[in-house]
Amino acid sequence: MVKAEGIRKSFGSKIVLRGIDLQVNEGETLAIFGPNGAGKTTLIRMITAVSPPTTGNIWVLGYDLKAHARMVKAMLGVVPQADNLDPDLTVLQNLMTFARYFEIPRQEARQRSMEVLRLFQLDDRCKGKIDELSGGMKRRLLIARGLINQPRILILDEPTIGLDPQAKYLVWDKLRELKSQGVTQLLPTQNMEEASTLCDRVAIMHQGKVLALDTPKKLIAQYVGDDIWEIEINSGEWDKLRGKLENNRLESEKVGGKLHVFHVSDRELLRRLVDIPESLSRRHATLEDVFFKITGRTLAE
Amino acid sequence: MISFSWRFIRMWQRNSDVFLRLWRSEIPGFVIEPLLVLVAMGFGLGAYVGLVDGQRYIEFITPGIIASYTMFSASFECTYGTFFRMEFQKTFDAIIATPLNIEDVIAGEIFWGATRSMLTGTMILTVASIFHLVHSPWALLIPIFSLLIGTMFSSIAMLFTSIVPSVNSFNYFFTLFITPMFFFSGVFFPISSFPEIVKNLSWIAPLTPAVHLSRALVTGELHWSLLWSLGLIIILIVLFFSASLVSMRRRLTR
Ligand SMILES: Nc1ncnc2c1ncn2[C@@H]1O[C@H](COP(=O)(O)OP(=O)(O)OP(=O)(O)O)[C@@H](O)[C@H]1O
Ligand SMILES: [Mg+2]
Repeated sequence: MVKAEGIRKSFGSKIVLRGIDLQVNEGETLAIFGPNGAGKTTLIRMITAVSPPTTGNIWVLGYDLKAHARMVKAMLGVVPQADNLDPDLTVLQNLMTFARYFEIPRQEARQRSMEVLRLFQLDDRCKGKIDELSGGMKRRLLIARGLINQPRILILDEPTIGLDPQAKYLVWDKLRELKSQGVTQLLPTQNMEEASTLCDRVAIMHQGKVLALDTPKKLIAQYVGDDIWEIEINSGEWDKLRGKLENNRLESEKVGGKLHVFHVSDRELLRRLVDIPESLSRRHATLEDVFFKITGRTLAE
Repeated sequence: MISFSWRFIRMWQRNSDVFLRLWRSEIPGFVIEPLLVLVAMGFGLGAYVGLVDGQRYIEFITPGIIASYTMFSASFECTYGTFFRMEFQKTFDAIIATPLNIEDVIAGEIFWGATRSMLTGTMILTVASIFHLVHSPWALLIPIFSLLIGTMFSSIAMLFTSIVPSVNSFNYFFTLFITPMFFFSGVFFPISSFPEIVKNLSWIAPLTPAVHLSRALVTGELHWSLLWSLGLIIILIVLFFSASLVSMRRRLTR
């Protein structure tokens, strides 16, 4: 559905993307998980044909983006990270005008607009001004706008950022429904729950590269193991303990004031290495752990 | 050059929708001001000016006022108007993610600017007719003429907008380019009354052929030399229109 090959992008002398290869399969939901400045938005802007890569090729639905940008854009639903609603128009006019860019007939456009407004509980605001909406309402309207052309591929850049829990679940439910209808989705996100519950596969992106790409389960199994052991000790003793762990071939990482130990098969060994057993605790591993493990390692390199 | 398509009309419609929502706030600029200038200069200055052929001064300046205010309308729309939409409201960012491309957006902006000129030109013509300042049926061509002049000045303004770093730069555009034309392109005084150097500058100012054409249409005194003015305007449109599309693509491609 979407295929990117060897994408590099630099702004002047600043290199932002360093060779990205990525494929999104039909009907799949792919998350891009990465820290601020990793280049997620930059990559998305390239896939949505609003910004050209410095080198590399992108195909969407088999069409080369360089030659068929217009046709591809007609089939994409895009929800950008930054609010770019039209402040000169009302809520409803925003949707109607957007529908017109896609050549959707007026009647149909009105019907679809009211539908998405109801869905995201904005129908009572339909004559309201954009400036009078709250941040979360703008976000919902932006998502609603992305659905107006009933896209086959939906690209949402951090869709639920700034939404209250209720609105967040509303959006997730809708995305799941679209997924069941076969809509392919690509979503850069910082939200681990979003990535692990909504997505088939997750790409971990860091400093302009995709460092890992697999199902959440496999990523966890491969990089950190199903369980994480956390050790809470004084930071003064970290290096000593890490040395001991390393000698016993145990991988560890400092994360937020704790030491995380991965792939522990022999817990007795671990208990012996740690002086105070009470400082030791175990929990299920998450995508976040994978993320810290992978990005932590590259920072050290 | 990647060129624009009929889809530019969608951008035009977007702007006209906004105008229809907010037009009341635009009235001072495009109706009241030109009439004030017409009345103040026409009657005030007109009392001291005797024209050779016995024409009233207010009649002399009417065609120039029409041409100048079509210039102002297009220029404001495609400098401040476009810049606000582009840089502060991020309106274009949203639109270029739809089937419209950058050229469609910019062409839509230019033709919208031209449309504003047409509204202005037609408005002034109507009022001038009511006061018996217009004597020729050729004046019925003023709406089309304003559209043409508007396209020219929109394109010129758009090229400037495509290269300015900040909104303050438009001061240069208006102070050094637009305002001097208003005074030296034959609106208020015949160009022949200026010193040599000003005269030469006047001949290359884009407002000059516009004032010529306008004056011919309003008075009905047509002659072949007008084809030269018309040709010049068309050449300027082609040049600046295509240059502004290319330059805007460069600016907006990041
Ligand atoms: N137009 C631009 N000119 C120069 N640098 C840019 C431009 N756009 C983005 N960058 C740089 O590219 C890098 C990646 O930015 P990008 O917005 O893609 O990150 P991101 O992964 O989306 O981050 P976030 O999670 O904060 O949204 C940043 O260092 C940013 O400063
Ligand atoms: Mg981003």
